[in-house]
Amino acid sequence: MTRVMTWFIKNPIFKMVGQRLAIGLGTLLVISGLIFVGVEALPGDLAEAVLGQNALPETVAAFRAELKLDLPAHTRYFTWLGEVMQGELGNSLASGKPISELIGWRFKNTLFLAGTTALVAIPLALILGMLAALYRDTWLDRCLSISTLAAISFPEFFVAYILITLLSVKFALFPSISSITRDMPLMVKLHTITLPCVTLTLVVLAHMMRMTRAAIINVLDLPFIEMARLKGISKWRIIFNHALPNALAPIINVIALNLAYLVVGVVVVEVVFVYPGLGQLLVDSVSKRDLPVVQASGLIFAVTYVGLNLTADVLAMMSNPRLRHPQ
Amino acid sequence: MLMNKKRKNDDLLTMKNIHIAGGKDEIIHGIDLTLKRGEVLGLIGESGAGKSTLGLAAMGYIRSGCAVTEGSIVFDGMDLLTMNASARRKLWGTRIAYVAQSSAASFNPAHTLIRQFTEVPLQHGIAGKARAEKKAVKLYDRLNLPHPEEIGRRYPHQVSGGQLQRAMVAMAMAADPDIIIFDEPTTALDVTTQIEVLAAIRDVIRDKNTAAIYISHDLAVVAQMADRIMVLKDGNLVEEGEAEMLLDEPKESYTQELISVRLNHARPRKGEKGGETILKVDSVTAGYKKGERVLKNISLHVGKRRTVAVVGESGSGKSTLARVITGLLPPTKGRIRFGDDLLKPKTSQRNRETLRRLQMIYQMPDVAVNPCHTLLQIIGRPLSFYFGMEKEAIEARVRELLTMVELPESYINRYPSELSGGEKQRVCIARALAAKPDLIICDEVTSALDPLVAESVLKLLQRLQNELGVSYLFITHDLTTVKAIADEVVVMFKGRIVEQGPRSEVLTPPHHAYTEKLLASVPEMDTDWLDNYLEGSVA
Repeated sequence: MTRVMTWFIKNPIFKMVGQRLAIGLGTLLVISGLIFVGVEALPGDLAEAVLGQNALPETVAAFRAELKLDLPAHTRYFTWLGEVMQGELGNSLASGKPISELIGWRFKNTLFLAGTTALVAIPLALILGMLAALYRDTWLDRCLSISTLAAISFPEFFVAYILITLLSVKFALFPSISSITRDMPLMVKLHTITLPCVTLTLVVLAHMMRMTRAAIINVLDLPFIEMARLKGISKWRIIFNHALPNALAPIINVIALNLAYLVVGVVVVEVVFVYPGLGQLLVDSVSKRDLPVVQASGLIFAVTYVGLNLTADVLAMMSNPRLRHPQ
Repeated sequence: MLMNKKRKNDDLLTMKNIHIAGGKDEIIHGIDLTLKRGEVLGLIGESGAGKSTLGLAAMGYIRSGCAVTEGSIVFDGMDLLTMNASARRKLWGTRIAYVAQSSAASFNPAHTLIRQFTEVPLQHGIAGKARAEKKAVKLYDRLNLPHPEEIGRRYPHQVSGGQLQRAMVAMAMAADPDIIIFDEPTTALDVTTQIEVLAAIRDVIRDKNTAAIYISHDLAVVAQMADRIMVLKDGNLVEEGEAEMLLDEPKESYTQELISVRLNHARPRKGEKGGETILKVDSVTAGYKKGERVLKNISLHVGKRRTVAVVGESGSGKSTLARVITGLLPPTKGRIRFGDDLLKPKTSQRNRETLRRLQMIYQMPDVAVNPCHTLLQIIGRPLSFYFGMEKEAIEARVRELLTMVELPESYINRYPSELSGGEKQRVCIARALAAKPDLIICDEVTSALDPLVAESVLKLLQRLQNELGVSYLFITHDLTTVKAIADEVVVMFKGRIVEQGPRSEVLTPPHHAYTEKLLASVPEMDTDWLDNYLEGSVA
């Protein structure tokens, strides 16, 4: 036990992770401020949105006072921040329901779609990337490059509609609307989200695959790869066992960025497939001026983004044997 | 012993009339090479002689971009060139193994030493993990690695360069190969470490009766290892013979030159003794981290038109000294006087005039020049920076400087990639001279160069000193260089100066114990030198 403790204290990774964590928390604080300011800058508020243009100014003012919208901005910010710190996201202004309840199920859905896509896309990207590196400058490499680049070049809604036309309308393999419900069994759920999942995979695949290819090719010119070849090691094992572990840092970073995109940037895909995720809730709430929901969603997105990048940073550091095993 | 003699007679490897082309140019122009069982063949030549290419070809391995255009390579009855790739791959590591020059770069940084050792027997299905690991420990022990039981669990960055090189030799012997190709295995090591590695390699290959091809640019090193030596130049065979014969009676003038580089040491010097002092380092202590002392109480001075050589092995602090003097690393204690002024500790605090008077030349000319600039831009930069010269004046002065460093004026619009290593180092010298400095710090300026090229660069530096009166602080690990050009010698060991004084005093007995060891570690052109040295150190 004490050995483990001293390892932790002596290891420079410990200090670095601590620093990164502190920076991450600082970033989140700044973001919470930005979210609040951004939401403040939206024209109009819930009172005007609910009561309509013809409402009397007195009614609007009374309604504002009831919702505590008449307090100065900084007071409301710190009240909100204090509540968030205690895990209290408040109530939706529009429906009066607790926000955690409203967001919880949606956020789970978003994570479900993102997670499923990640499980497909990351191994696929790594394998294709390694294949492209192994057969670099052959027809296979070029085909992979061209097809993944083509997929990323189209807007995602376009890819989505093409897939719907092909796999849903023409062949009726998968549903075009992915509105999953709480009581669906897992297999049905997976079948329902196939099309958004494929769409997102096509969108994120290219980045990760090309980074894997580039990072591995970068390593392949190093002397220890030639050494491995001269030891009679097979090509595939050289790529997987000798090149990949030394190419992980940049790959991990790109994976993290794409994972973050899967959680934060899927609004368009959710809308196209009518998927009950957090993105759609955010869009709805903005149009309703339901500011606490907007703020809470924004903050959750920020936590996801910062958290994923933090994890990527730490993992990238861990992939360096010099840091894992200091002198 | 009887067994050895009997087995020595059959040819294990035969290369006939090998031509290898890289792109449009031919690198190897028809060389024959044979290797008998248990025999050690030395391949010697400058960079570009094609010795590495030939050594790798002996394994049937041709680097990408190169191709064998003619000839045959037969190993133990098998034609390495016509056999299919996977069969050839099965020979690598098991029957023919390779030891590379830079062990730090040739070990995978992500795996432990023993994992990389056992990979060969495991992947080729020769032995199980437990047996392979046992063998690793045995070989580590045989090669005199400290803690053979545990050292395998370490990562490459956790062991020293000399240990890593021995671990690579162990790795090459993992499957008891018939032939090992040693590609400059000690070039990156200090002289004192080199001896240990040489002795370990020689013992272990003699023990197992392994045949070897030993590649080096250092004839004296090859002489210790090889039964027979082939001298290569520009892809041609210059001369071949038994090691002793070749050293005693070299037939070709090129071989004679190679041997004489090592022999001609002390040259008369014109330096003025007791002249004015240019640089005075006064009890300087410095380190990279707080409390760390890489340099301990260093004092030395450099006179005008004098060359002071700082010698020591890696880790002795000699490069750190250069960083302190140039202001890249402020000292924690002590002062440095430069001419009449006290030097400011940091480069950023020094004025342009001080910067101009103190120039530096680096070890690797390849990375010390911007590959996207022409020589005119590279050498012209200090002219406009320090002297504010105009376009025409710069061009005229650059031509003058090129002539000074014995490069043709027509090179002025060339890029560094169009130059050889020695020529690039001359460009670096010209760039330093452009600032008209009082002192040039030369950090291992010849260690990346071939012996003959290095010698010509040293001669040039000496001529320039005589003509321009510039002083040199010459940092090197190579005692041959010291003997050739130093007026005064400073010997450093673990951050301290252990001995300093005029060259004649430091290099003649009695020496400080460490100086003695350094001097004795330089291989000589004598096939029995290593034996004598080892006997001497045991006795």
